[in-house]
Amino acid sequence: MKYLEEFRDLKLSQRLSGKIKEVAGREKIRLMEVCGTHTMAIHKFGIKSLLPENIRLISGPGCPVCVTPNEYMDRAISLSFAPGVLVTSFGDMLRVPGSTRSLEQARAQGGKVRMVYSPMDALQLARDNPGIKVVFLAVGFETTSPTIAATLAQAERHGFKNFFVLIGHKLVPPAMKALVANKKVAVDGFICPAHVSTIIGTRPYKFLADDYRIPCVVAGFEPIDILQGILMLVEMIKNKKPEVKNQYLRVATESGNEKAQEILARTFEPEDSNWRGLGTIPQSGYRLKPGFSGRDAQKMIAVEVEPTREHRGCKCGEVLQGLIEPCQCPLYANSCTPEKPIGPCMVSSEGTCAAYYKYVGVET
Amino acid sequence: MCLAVPLKVEKIDDNVATVMSDGVRIRVDASLVPDLKPGDYVLVHAGFAIEVLKPEEAEETLRLLDEMLGSAEDDRA
Amino acid sequence: MLGHGDGGRLTRKLIEDIFAKAFNNPELAPLADAAILDLDKNKIAFTTDSYVVKPIFFPGSDIGRLAVFGTVNDLAVMGAKPRFLSAGFILEEGLPLETLERIVASMKEAAQIAGVKLVTGDTKVVERGSADNIFINTAGIGEILDWPSMAASPEPGDEIVLSGCIGDHGVAILAARGELNFSLPVESDCGPVWPLVNALHRESVAVKWMRDPTRGGVASALNELADGKDFGVRLFEDKIPVRKAVSSACEILGLDPLYLANEGKLIAVVKKGGAEKAKKIMASFPTGKDAEVIGELVANPAGKVIIRTQIGGARVLSMMAGAPLPRIC
Repeated sequence: MKYLEEFRDLKLSQRLSGKIKEVAGREKIRLMEVCGTHTMAIHKFGIKSLLPENIRLISGPGCPVCVTPNEYMDRAISLSFAPGVLVTSFGDMLRVPGSTRSLEQARAQGGKVRMVYSPMDALQLARDNPGIKVVFLAVGFETTSPTIAATLAQAERHGFKNFFVLIGHKLVPPAMKALVANKKVAVDGFICPAHVSTIIGTRPYKFLADDYRIPCVVAGFEPIDILQGILMLVEMIKNKKPEVKNQYLRVATESGNEKAQEILARTFEPEDSNWRGLGTIPQSGYRLKPGFSGRDAQKMIAVEVEPTREHRGCKCGEVLQGLIEPCQCPLYANSCTPEKPIGPCMVSSEGTCAAYYKYVGVET
Repeated sequence: MCLAVPLKVEKIDDNVATVMSDGVRIRVDASLVPDLKPGDYVLVHAGFAIEVLKPEEAEETLRLLDEMLGSAEDDRA
Repeated sequence: MLGHGDGGRLTRKLIEDIFAKAFNNPELAPLADAAILDLDKNKIAFTTDSYVVKPIFFPGSDIGRLAVFGTVNDLAVMGAKPRFLSAGFILEEGLPLETLERIVASMKEAAQIAGVKLVTGDTKVVERGSADNIFINTAGIGEILDWPSMAASPEPGDEIVLSGCIGDHGVAILAARGELNFSLPVESDCGPVWPLVNALHRESVAVKWMRDPTRGGVASALNELADGKDFGVRLFEDKIPVRKAVSSACEILGLDPLYLANEGKLIAVVKKGGAEKAKKIMASFPTGKDAEVIGELVANPAGKVIIRTQIGGARVLSMMAGAPLPRIC
């Protein structure tokens, strides 16, 4: 595919790898990739095996699906059993656990759940089935929330009254702020998410460089992008000149997609939000603006939701900040496994704990 | 939550763009990217076009990289 | 339309009018409680599989064709010449007769291509809602070939050959399910691997192990090979054949072709030095024209499957956790 293959070039990757080894020196460097898609790409291309020993990549809380808490999943599951309701969702959500079961399991037990690729597909289902209340599980970072906002605008325009959303969106910059506010966290540089930045621009990360002296690079998701991003971070670390730089020039800009930002501002407002494994992070989630409250599944469709069960002892928060290894969490490989995951680090197939479980001792 | 791929715009009808790659075609919503033209490459996420890709920047990124890495090799030699 | 309740007479009529007419052969003709078979060999391979695929018709194939080739391929990869099949049908009340006839015609054609006879079967009709249109179980008998290398243990240095492009069937099924608003020009690769196996045997290629990588894909099949053994598998990503359209679809949906189902592909582990010959033999068939040597067995890491990525990195291909789902994350 054009504009993908060129950024997967073997020779260029090898040269970048050599250059990183040259510049990185010997002291420990800890870089955090914030977005789950970066974690997936780093694994898919085997990037870690091309880096020197002293560079450690930490997977941050970057999977908005995996940080969706039990209470959201429990409500989604209850909705799926409500008469006249169809729950629609991205594929990623189907295996996220709730207090007692996942959406996929609920579906096997008779819950009405349908996977869709786009929120517009869910709207189409609402259009084609006027007698059914179609609820779309609106999760995702700033890359995804504009698509839900645009879909809601369409729902209003066409007057499809039976389309609802259950909002679970999360915001990236507030989460990064919460991470660095914890004095124990030692991250030397951030690999910032390419597509979130496509929407919000590179400016929102400035406070990290200015106030916390941590360099940031907005890097694309192809191997050349990630390797170049790492090189740029290492250079800033060595020169002690923290800034926010943009590696993903072919798409991301400083101001971002203003049309998308506009529609976000018209549809949502920020609120405090609960992240699985991390607790409540201020102003890190969205709620619908009052004008859209008629579309809010939580307000409009009354269901009995089972009492939320949190698993005490889950140490995802510390794993996500790079403070402990998976094996230091008491639940790891006991009550928390890839087949029965508890926290986001295990829910995500490439989360720190899931990856550790599968690949210990082999990947490096 | 950022899986998005660059696809080429074939045609646009009333805010719906048909994008394609190697025979795979999808119809995506183009309302987030005004001024889209056939022939443009767009980033597609969850059935929406979310931004155009700038081919000159793509080429420039690769060219600069090549230059930067090449010169280091020359220094060593 | 199919009805139930009439019991014996309706079922008998169904058997005579549809099944016996299509699969007409001396072993089936008596329509007795069991078929009497004449086998040349003592050592036979025996397998069974049930087919519940949704939707029942999809680009390039259907549940009937799948039910024949799926079982026949399981025999072939054990190094057995497929000879006979049984078929058990569970039909949902209300299934149009034309649909059943279409599926049976497809099975007849597949059986002819595969060189097997369908010699015994069973039919049940269940209430509406108790079966998704039609479920089919097929069991197969094959005669084990005289192939000494198949008794040898795979070991480091052995090479891995794949008969062609992967992921076609998985993507075709996704497209046919209609959950995605995509236009995907991909057909299922559903077909027999016996001709390739037969040719490898005839040319005395030292094949030690074979699989048809169905559910779970190439990655899962090779994990089955390596699991718990004192060797591992190393694949080369740049050698793995994938159609451009499949590759694009996978990029868009966040799927990995190595984990998608195939229904007409063969993986063979060949004794060191024999891979190029095996590849040439496969490539002489239309279904093998994209055959490639995709990897080798290694001493380390034992028990695991690793892949050298297209940028020269290394990653582990683990056993598949659940069916691959399109993702946006």
